[in-house]
Amino acid sequence: MSSALEVDKVISHLHPEGSFDLADHPVPTGREEVWRFTPLKRLHGLHQEAPFGAGACTVEVSAAEGVVVEQVAADAAERGLSGLVPTDRVSARAWAAADGATVVRIPQDAVVEGATTISHTGTGAELAGAGHTVIIAEKFSRSTVVLSFSGSAVLADNIEIIVEDGAELTVVSLQDWADDAVHHSTQHASVGRDASLKHVAVSFGGDLVRHDATASYAGPGGSVEMLGMYFADEGQHIEHRLFVDHTAPHTKSNVIYKGALQGQGAHAVWIGNVLIRKVAEGIETYEENRNLVLTDGCQADSVPNLEIETGEIEGAGHASAIGRFDDNQLFYLRSRGIEENEARRLVVHGFFNDLIRKIDVPALEEQLLATVESELEKNVLKAF
Amino acid sequence: MSTLEINDLHVSVATEDGDKEILKGVTLTIKDGETHAIMGPNGSGKSTLAYSIAGHPKYTVTGGTVTLDGDDVLAMSVDERARAGLFLAMQYPVEVPGVSVSNFLRTAKTAIDGEAPKLRTWVKDVNATLQKLDLDASFGTRSVNEGFSGGEKKRHEIAQLELLDPKVAILDETDSGLDIDALKVVSDGVNRFIEDKDKGVLLITHYTRILRYITPDFVHVFVNGKVAESGGPDLADELEANGYDKYVSAAAV
Repeated sequence: MSSALEVDKVISHLHPEGSFDLADHPVPTGREEVWRFTPLKRLHGLHQEAPFGAGACTVEVSAAEGVVVEQVAADAAERGLSGLVPTDRVSARAWAAADGATVVRIPQDAVVEGATTISHTGTGAELAGAGHTVIIAEKFSRSTVVLSFSGSAVLADNIEIIVEDGAELTVVSLQDWADDAVHHSTQHASVGRDASLKHVAVSFGGDLVRHDATASYAGPGGSVEMLGMYFADEGQHIEHRLFVDHTAPHTKSNVIYKGALQGQGAHAVWIGNVLIRKVAEGIETYEENRNLVLTDGCQADSVPNLEIETGEIEGAGHASAIGRFDDNQLFYLRSRGIEENEARRLVVHGFFNDLIRKIDVPALEEQLLATVESELEKNVLKAF
Repeated sequence: MSTLEINDLHVSVATEDGDKEILKGVTLTIKDGETHAIMGPNGSGKSTLAYSIAGHPKYTVTGGTVTLDGDDVLAMSVDERARAGLFLAMQYPVEVPGVSVSNFLRTAKTAIDGEAPKLRTWVKDVNATLQKLDLDASFGTRSVNEGFSGGEKKRHEIAQLELLDPKVAILDETDSGLDIDALKVVSDGVNRFIEDKDKGVLLITHYTRILRYITPDFVHVFVNGKVAESGGPDLADELEANGYDKYVSAAAV
């Protein structure tokens, strides 16, 4: 399949060739670059031949006024509209197995109040589910779409996001799964001329959550902000893989992911890839990942990659940090009479507050703050 | 009445070459209404004294005592010391991203008093204090020390001093990096604390400049980890004229 975009071909490990043909995606061994961090054994066979069935999740839609949500057949024209071509076996299998898609359409010029929410609730079914969602923000529309995931399920899905010219869209993917859930999500956005997308990934629950979020530009002047927040607890594997493909000039990308880890075997992985193609002159990109390690026994892997094929850019940078509590911060707060537990609580809240403010979805703000608080109660506060 | 008594304090710090003794027997008594200036060259241990009294984990007390109204300060945790009535205005206040100044001040006040301050009077108090220190009311919404200018950091320290109202304050080079206007604003704040409330202050400084605005009752020359000489305010004038050379060379012998 040829690329929808007329851009130079690049040979880059950041940009594996996609394919809809399962034969092009052999069963991974775990030694592949894109799989080396993922505990394959805990994927419930999603990467092998595990059968898919219906009913893994119930889906509830709450559409904001003016937004159209419909179910379409697997062969509907909306599928593939974003240019998503599976680059790994799980995504390819989910594509083939999905028996339809949920399409969210924000009509042209519509300025939508409030968020459209699509809630997926895992039913604890034995068979894995394959999901497909297509979000289309038509020209000059403005809106927010929240995809939430809770309950118990094994789910592989593909989510396509099309932001047409001049549109502004916020998409939040909220993984608040039960402890035993497994979720492999591939999310791809195509960002139009002068369009802007804010993509937010929040991962709290689940045994294994692997989340690929990628974006490319269908025209110049587009802007992508990718924000992420995660809390990996004991035994949990949370992996976010990001790829911003600067396929057009004068485009922007800004990626900030922040996570906290606590408990034995908590594992967080963040891969931040940015490719600046030859054609992408005058672009600006920055990516950042910060991890706060709250207890012993956790592992955080943070890998930013930047590939630049043109020097004619405004700016490109990245930052990555994995740290423990800053003793000086704790000392400063405690020297004002604040007890150690409370000081730790303040620091962690502060760590996430900046990000929550940037997410700027009022309906979610309180929920996110409450979740941080309840995560803290699990460990940070009881350990001292 | 409050008294901070430091008696024969020895403090060391871990270095690559093993423990190094920084404070070598410091003895000082600070009573209500007294302002003690500690002056000394770089590396004499002035800041170590401040941080040791506040309980910074980097420093190990190897001998001596520190008591506040007879209570053993060294046996207390960092936050217990603050709740007992000690306050350290830091030379390099620490950034706490995402925690607003107003949240921080309220949390600290609640911790010190053991109960939340009454909302209405508290907001008034905070705004009045910020205003006196030439800090905008919007200051409260900013993250603690993040992106603050040098002057803003110091004025924020003094705002805390006035609002938390400790028994004894230690000011660690609060004058460093301030232009003359900021220095006056900060000094006024310290003077309000000293004069209006009759509190004890330990003022650590490298320069005599701040002593034009805050008049000390006692001046101590601090060299090589201990007090080399003590005197009245005129000792500061002598240091201004002659520097620390005389004391440094005496200590080196």
